[in-house]
Amino acid sequence: MPMDVMTGNSAQAYGAKLARAEVVAAYPITPQTTVVEKLADLVASGEMKAQFIKVESEHSAMAACIAASATGARAYTATAAHGLALMHEMLIWAAGSRLPIVMGNINRAMAPPWSVWADYQDSIAERDTGWMQFYCQSSQEVLDTVIQAYKVAENHDVLIPAMVMEDAFYLSHTFEPVDVPPQKDVDDFLPPYDPPVKLDVDNPVGLCALVPPDHYMEFRFKIAKAMEDSRKVIQEVDEEWEKKFGRSHGGLVERYRMEDADAAIIAAGTMSSTARVAIDNMRDKGKKVGLARLRVFRPFPYEEIRQIAKEVDSIGVLDRSYTFGHGGAFYTETAGALYQAPERPHVKNYVIGIGGRDIPPKDIEGILEKVLTKEDGGEVEWFGLRTSGSREVN
Amino acid sequence: MIQIRFHGRGGQGSVVASNILAAAAFLEEKWVQSFPFFGVERRGAPVTAYTKIDDKPIWDRSEITDPDYVIVLDASLVAVVDVTNGLKENGMVLLNSESKPEDIELGDSFRIATVDATEVAVAHGLGSKSAPIVNSSILGAFSKASGEVDIKSIEASILKMAPAKHKENAAAALEAYEKVQF
Repeated sequence: MPMDVMTGNSAQAYGAKLARAEVVAAYPITPQTTVVEKLADLVASGEMKAQFIKVESEHSAMAACIAASATGARAYTATAAHGLALMHEMLIWAAGSRLPIVMGNINRAMAPPWSVWADYQDSIAERDTGWMQFYCQSSQEVLDTVIQAYKVAENHDVLIPAMVMEDAFYLSHTFEPVDVPPQKDVDDFLPPYDPPVKLDVDNPVGLCALVPPDHYMEFRFKIAKAMEDSRKVIQEVDEEWEKKFGRSHGGLVERYRMEDADAAIIAAGTMSSTARVAIDNMRDKGKKVGLARLRVFRPFPYEEIRQIAKEVDSIGVLDRSYTFGHGGAFYTETAGALYQAPERPHVKNYVIGIGGRDIPPKDIEGILEKVLTKEDGGEVEWFGLRTSGSREVN
Repeated sequence: MIQIRFHGRGGQGSVVASNILAAAAFLEEKWVQSFPFFGVERRGAPVTAYTKIDDKPIWDRSEITDPDYVIVLDASLVAVVDVTNGLKENGMVLLNSESKPEDIELGDSFRIATVDATEVAVAHGLGSKSAPIVNSSILGAFSKASGEVDIKSIEASILKMAPAKHKENAAAALEAYEKVQF
């Protein structure tokens, strides 16, 4: 199958098509994006064999996906920002029901003030719902990860849903080359979903019953264990993908120029793609810096982060969202993971690119300089704030 | 890497042009990236779009601040938008204009190319005199004036990707390719 030039949203839609999603339920109004428009086209033309259910809200979209998945169908939806927030209750139902739904989320900032631009506040706010979270840096990774996510989610040791994130505009509306693998190869990689339990009129079961305190805790522990066990599966599935399709996306954490690095940044999404340019520029000047890209935020890759802590003296964590009250989530989770580490490097949080503010390589170079010098002056810096004038300085 | 910035008005097809140019360069086995200035589109309002072309994968996903080429689909924008902002020394500005390049006043540090893309577009039934759809014409002119992308690739991408009137758009590109002055 040839490469083609397409947007991240088309790549997301082709991922769902190649994964043979059988039910697509979606609400088509802003902040929805062209993912479901593309899927609607593919279903209407007969190119994709799926039931497309146009629902009246994102809450209903997820409810429809839950029902479909409970019958053993492969279910898909896509959303963004306030659409994801409206789903919140149903996200918890999906994870608690152990349904391997895959959802595309186009990361858009939360209003007010109204915004349609990239940041991670929407998905970070859903951190504790029990969904796996993948953050992509290219449209190729978006397509590949949708397919990988089904394989991980449907593994019987996992059986929890997964979100596949795309930065608004930086991926969603950007044209770039994407290799669309042949259906046959994807079919070999991803067999049909084999649910351990399903709703079936010939073999009735009851799901989601009331559970008193003497059993509820064990249900939650099983989700916790599934999330732990998903680490190995995510790694293996990405390795299997590489064997079959010739490209890996780094498992849970992708490393770039970390060999002999003195300092590293931890980042996710498209800013880590741009960061490669900044790191190359710094390396050309003899500065030993590297990148650890958080491809997966849930489960949090604490072992990989602790390994990085062994290798460098200083880490800057770049967050495109903020947890009001204490730092960005990538930072607080990194710092939390490092407390149990035998070696603890200098760590500082840089909040950047909020609400889609552009992140050029020179801004990341500015941060890397600060990380190299183990700059003090507080735990968290909002980088490039207009009020400080540092946007011009940097 | 070659960086191209488009300036147009909502409805003229600047964003589609940036995508068609990327697809054309991709046909020549280049790595490409194209995207609109991330905003909310309104008909008639100034629109910016970007295309990046390189021989290797393009990791930098930030906006273009120092383009090699600037393509202006509506000459009236020159009075409203600083179209040469950041344009590299000896970079090229391609304008949709009836004027000759030597009559365009944008300073001495840039090369100027002009084509009456409005006339070409209207002659091929693409939009109206007051609202012409000039994106295909301007791409044909860009192929000749820049030499960066072959007109055959532009033509092939228009035939594949134009939202409507594929043949008319391709013909307009070929005509503007012949008419551009630089």
